[in-house]
Amino acid sequence: MITTKIPPSLSTNQMRKLYHQMWLIRYFDEKVDEFFARGAIHGTTHLCVGQEATATGACYVLENEDKITSTHRGHGHCIAKGADVNRMMAELFAKETGYCKGKGGSMHIADVDQGNLGANGIVGGGIPIAVGAALTSKMKNLGYVVLCFFGDGAANEGSFHEALNLASIWKLPVVFFCENNQYGMSGPVKEMVNIENIGDRASAYGIPGKVIEGNDLFSVIEATEKAVARARKGNGPTLIEAKTYRWKGHSKSDAKKYRTKEEEQYWRKEKDPIQLLANRIISDNLLAKEELEALQLQAREQIDSAVEFAEKSPAPSLTSLELDVYA
Amino acid sequence: MKTKDMSYSEAIRDAISLKMHEDEDVFMLGEDIGVYGGAFGVSRGLIEEFGPKRIRNTPISESGIAGAAVGSALTGMRPILELQFSDFITIATDQIINQAAKIRYMYGGKGKVPMVLRTPSGSGTGAAAQHSQSLEVWMAHIPGLKVVQPSSSYDAKGLLISAIEDDNPVIFYEHKLLYGMKEPVPEELYRIPLGKAAIKREGTDVTVIATSIMVHKALEAAKQLEREGIEIEVIDPRTLVPLDEETIIASVSKTSRVVIVHEAVKRAGFGAEIASVIVESDAFDFLDAPIERLGGKAVPIPYNPELEKHAVPQVSDIINAVKRTLQRGEEV
Repeated sequence: MITTKIPPSLSTNQMRKLYHQMWLIRYFDEKVDEFFARGAIHGTTHLCVGQEATATGACYVLENEDKITSTHRGHGHCIAKGADVNRMMAELFAKETGYCKGKGGSMHIADVDQGNLGANGIVGGGIPIAVGAALTSKMKNLGYVVLCFFGDGAANEGSFHEALNLASIWKLPVVFFCENNQYGMSGPVKEMVNIENIGDRASAYGIPGKVIEGNDLFSVIEATEKAVARARKGNGPTLIEAKTYRWKGHSKSDAKKYRTKEEEQYWRKEKDPIQLLANRIISDNLLAKEELEALQLQAREQIDSAVEFAEKSPAPSLTSLELDVYA
Repeated sequence: MKTKDMSYSEAIRDAISLKMHEDEDVFMLGEDIGVYGGAFGVSRGLIEEFGPKRIRNTPISESGIAGAAVGSALTGMRPILELQFSDFITIATDQIINQAAKIRYMYGGKGKVPMVLRTPSGSGTGAAAQHSQSLEVWMAHIPGLKVVQPSSSYDAKGLLISAIEDDNPVIFYEHKLLYGMKEPVPEELYRIPLGKAAIKREGTDVTVIATSIMVHKALEAAKQLEREGIEIEVIDPRTLVPLDEETIIASVSKTSRVVIVHEAVKRAGFGAEIASVIVESDAFDFLDAPIERLGGKAVPIPYNPELEKHAVPQVSDIINAVKRTLQRGEEV
């Protein structure tokens, strides 16, 4: 059971939206998984099933003009920042109607106009870019905040260190949001860092650090709200570490030999972020069970029609191959 | 046009200053570019002129500051990033190659990264293996980047202004030994388009295609050869990407003989690309001798001044190559 205080500002309508969005993310990635297994989607993809609360909760706090940078495991971030699942699915199907016209695929979905500065195929590659985007906000006095997602693996990259230091000395409006899903590909975080919490590294940069339960939507909202408010006031960055778990393997060819079935079952049964949210909503009498079911169904139908949209969309023309290399 | 004698570094500074006055989105970031004035003094005076918010002195974090340049460019700024030595691009390459160069294409034509990475390259300062390389061909290999190598003050100013105004990431290689070289440069803002070679000297006997500091060595060779009645044409591509193939092909079609010279290591150097452009074109039919390619020896740049000098082509090497290509023609 999750017990974090529900933000008083959160309306019933917003609660509906959040619950629906978590299912939208889950169904999106489960559908991708299914089509991948069937060979209908090629290349590679990284699924965030089991991590829906971090993307949903953190992006909920953002204003429209705020920006995000995302990761290779970025479908959830993208949906939570307001992307159209039809165009996302079309991109995975390598279609012309996709966000990147079929040229980017899963690891490069971006929606620059909507403030999604892009997923990233390079672990830690987006962290300095988030700092640059925050620098623009500060230099041009634009008031927006940048939410920078990355994983526990990226926290061991040099770019993480350089970016946090830079953002701190320049007091930039950026929130560093580490989704610690326990594994960098097969590398358990316990073997790869010699500290309990990546969030503790914040003190090395002279910024606040917060370690939270990443599968508790309200805990994510609470921590991000505080960090975003601080950034917007001009007081600089915050490092948030959200503990979570990816249910699926790292990417398509992962036998998951590095972890146990028991561990997976624990996270699935005890810490499913959507189930935790549903339990709380029911116990607090916020929405009726039937309504939750309806929202879930609606999400499923949306993903089904996204697939239909993607399947029906045209492939990019071969004449597009050499377009858009230069502006 | 009113001109003033300007050194190469003054011309670069002048371009930055003019663009920063004209466009408030242009700013500069880099290590020690503040009161210190940059490792080679190029930004001297700029922090006094524009203040620390637009001349941003950074920590020693090449990957971080390159990424900050990419992110700020993607969101509407026009950063000029200075890396103290072009060798340090190794630490920034993820941001340049995997991010800046690819963002627009990966995103299906959305977004642009209008940034300039300025950096001093080349040997001749005794700084040895990690501070003396010429690595421009790495960047020329990457679709999405533009690569500029000015050889004079006039070119540096006009090319830098075009680079700053370009909507793509541009890698701007300055040569350390050129910083002090002076020539008359217009005081006003002017542009030299990226992708337009300069014929630095007209000639009829051999085309010498030279980049960066090798342009000056080729011009020195031209003077000596002239005394022997040999007239070489010296072409400076000025930008490797985009490359002005037309000017090169036209010159080769006229002279029928080619020497290509760059300081970078010859093996897989940009000279190989230029040679291929020539032989794949109609100019092939005009060639009277094999193409001569001169480049650095395949060694790390050594510290000893004599060894260092011999690691890269010298004037005498160009003269000998020109004569070889003339002799080969005679044998046929």
